[in-house]
Amino acid sequence: MSTAPSTSDTASKIPVTVLTGYLGAGKTTLLNRILSEPHGKKYAVIVNEFGEIGIDNDLVVNADEEIFEMNNGCICCTVRGDLVRIIDGLMRRKGKFDAIIVETTGLADPAPVAQTFFMDENVGAKTKLDAVVTVADAKWLSDRLKDAPEAKNQIAFADVILLNKTDLVGKDELEEVEARIRGINPYARLHRTQRSQIAIDQVLDRNAFDLDRILEIEPEFLHAGEDDHDHRHDHHHDHDHDHDHGHDHGHEHHHHHGGGLKHYHDEDMQSLSFRTDKPLDPDKFFPWIQKLVAEDGPKILRSKGILSFKNDPQRFVFQGVHMILDGDHQRDWKEGEKRDSRIVFIGRKLPEEKIREGFESCVAS
Amino acid sequence: MSDLPPNTPSVADRVRPVKADRTIVAVHFLDGTPVFVLGEEALLFAGEQGEARVPVHGGAILASASDGKRIVTGGDDGRVVSTGLDAKPNEIATDAKKRWIDQVALGPDNAVAWSAGKTAFVKTKKGEEKTIEAPSTVAGLAFAPKGFRLAIAHYNGVTLWFPNAQAAGEKLEWKGSHLAVGFSPDGRFLVTAMQEPTMHGWRLLDGKHMRMSGYSARVRSFGFTAGGDYLATSGSEQLILWPYDGKDGPMGKQPLMWAPSNARVAAVAPHPRQPIVAVGFADGIVLLVRIEDGAEILVKPKDPAPITALGWDAHGAQLAFGTEDGEAGVVGL
Repeated sequence: MSTAPSTSDTASKIPVTVLTGYLGAGKTTLLNRILSEPHGKKYAVIVNEFGEIGIDNDLVVNADEEIFEMNNGCICCTVRGDLVRIIDGLMRRKGKFDAIIVETTGLADPAPVAQTFFMDENVGAKTKLDAVVTVADAKWLSDRLKDAPEAKNQIAFADVILLNKTDLVGKDELEEVEARIRGINPYARLHRTQRSQIAIDQVLDRNAFDLDRILEIEPEFLHAGEDDHDHRHDHHHDHDHDHDHGHDHGHEHHHHHGGGLKHYHDEDMQSLSFRTDKPLDPDKFFPWIQKLVAEDGPKILRSKGILSFKNDPQRFVFQGVHMILDGDHQRDWKEGEKRDSRIVFIGRKLPEEKIREGFESCVAS
Repeated sequence: MSDLPPNTPSVADRVRPVKADRTIVAVHFLDGTPVFVLGEEALLFAGEQGEARVPVHGGAILASASDGKRIVTGGDDGRVVSTGLDAKPNEIATDAKKRWIDQVALGPDNAVAWSAGKTAFVKTKKGEEKTIEAPSTVAGLAFAPKGFRLAIAHYNGVTLWFPNAQAAGEKLEWKGSHLAVGFSPDGRFLVTAMQEPTMHGWRLLDGKHMRMSGYSARVRSFGFTAGGDYLATSGSEQLILWPYDGKDGPMGKQPLMWAPSNARVAAVAPHPRQPIVAVGFADGIVLLVRIEDGAEILVKPKDPAPITALGWDAHGAQLAFGTEDGEAGVVGL
């Protein structure tokens, strides 16, 4: 495991939004839409060399997606070497732009991009990862989830998902693809769009990686593991939560569903969530989570948690990308607030029993 | 640095302040005149007679190098520019695709090297342009002190290239991303700063590896001390000096560690003649440190902005520093 640079002083850091999505899903359309909105902000845009659609912006940098392995003991730890270099160059023009948008190629794995912000001290000191936004093609995503591991990675990794080109599919098809997305990643904000049309504030300034904002921005996460039908989804549509889909919602393990009528369990990529109302022992929890990500980090794409430690008046929050964990005390528990500990993982073939047992063994005696 | 002893000698009152109002990324001396390289667009000539801002690029200045007679800069406008003491910029090259010029280096007989993406370019004294493709983006360039040879740092190693004689270069391999590169003054050793908080080196005679680790951060500044006895580096909460006086370099030896601080060393500049190193910290302090015993002289007190540029004139009579916030100063010693 590596310890990420301090997240303090985040206000002065330049936010970075990562746009992913399989080929032809509508990433560049979304990018041009963001840039052409009358927001009065200036963006530095980092695009891959092979983009075929022009980008209408003053500050466009071509990147070549060089993925470098780090010799630091993290076997899955890679960074985007070109981003380290480009952000260093861009920061020489501090004040000339308000935010950075990175558009990846359709086949890119978002993890090295995200890891760059935690692994490179200079990048982490000057910029902060705001969110991973994935554009998915409503017509073709279901097929891509079957034959393209990259597409699945992009869905699993996302903080915000635009299910795009909804005008090209029927209602049933749309619900099916949405359920497939939810089967992989129930925590992302999901928006149905046409021609990548979306309010800009749903995509930018999400603070999805800001420890202080972990709960504020993810009501889905707050309710993970609670079968209370009060999911406060931020969708533009309004489905009933119909639980008549034959899936057993255990209290500890919850395949959280996102509002579709159907529910798919993806055999390859899943999310797991666990909770306990018993206070945890930090001397048990930290060694356990560090060992877990050291052993199973390659399988764990994203992790998050809100923890209640014994005799600790403050909530502890953490988030992780593969083997990298970033955590801190967030704030005092509020009066009357339920002191639960919850952790969630999104990943590939996660060892569910091992994680459950490990987490349960962290309860303070 | 709160732990500076109160009786530390100081020359801070002799510093001539310079205001750049822009991030300073490097400083070089042209015949005794300090010239600050700004993060964007211009060089700031800051001689005692007055200051002059000389525009050299249309955007960010990404790299600079100097041989004491001229400063060569690379910009995000795709241009390589040479500027001498007359403050007249001369364009050496423009990248055909207007790519960023990431690295520049100056060699013997006025040779200039630069890189854009994976391609390294050399312009020889006869004005011929030669190129070589690196296996990944070029992250560092340095000419050897003897012979017409260029070191090109990239992912998984360094390529050594004789531009006049070779189409392909000779590879020195070591896993990982190699960034800045430099030769020891006698040309026996080659060192790189890596993406990880570590430095790597090769003894060129036999390619033997030298691993220099233990840093708390990526090493962003390094240089050999006068006579090549030590390699001074940033990247730790103290000045790190690896011994290079023996035939094995630092292999099997411990570095000297001077000037312990709460803040990280951000920039180092060995004195060109004396066994002294100027050390700039992330908390804005600049110290002179004597290699022999670690004795310190304060040059600049604490300030929130990190030191981003530090350099001596050719004789070691003047030291100049600059910060991320554009504060700068020059002191005669």
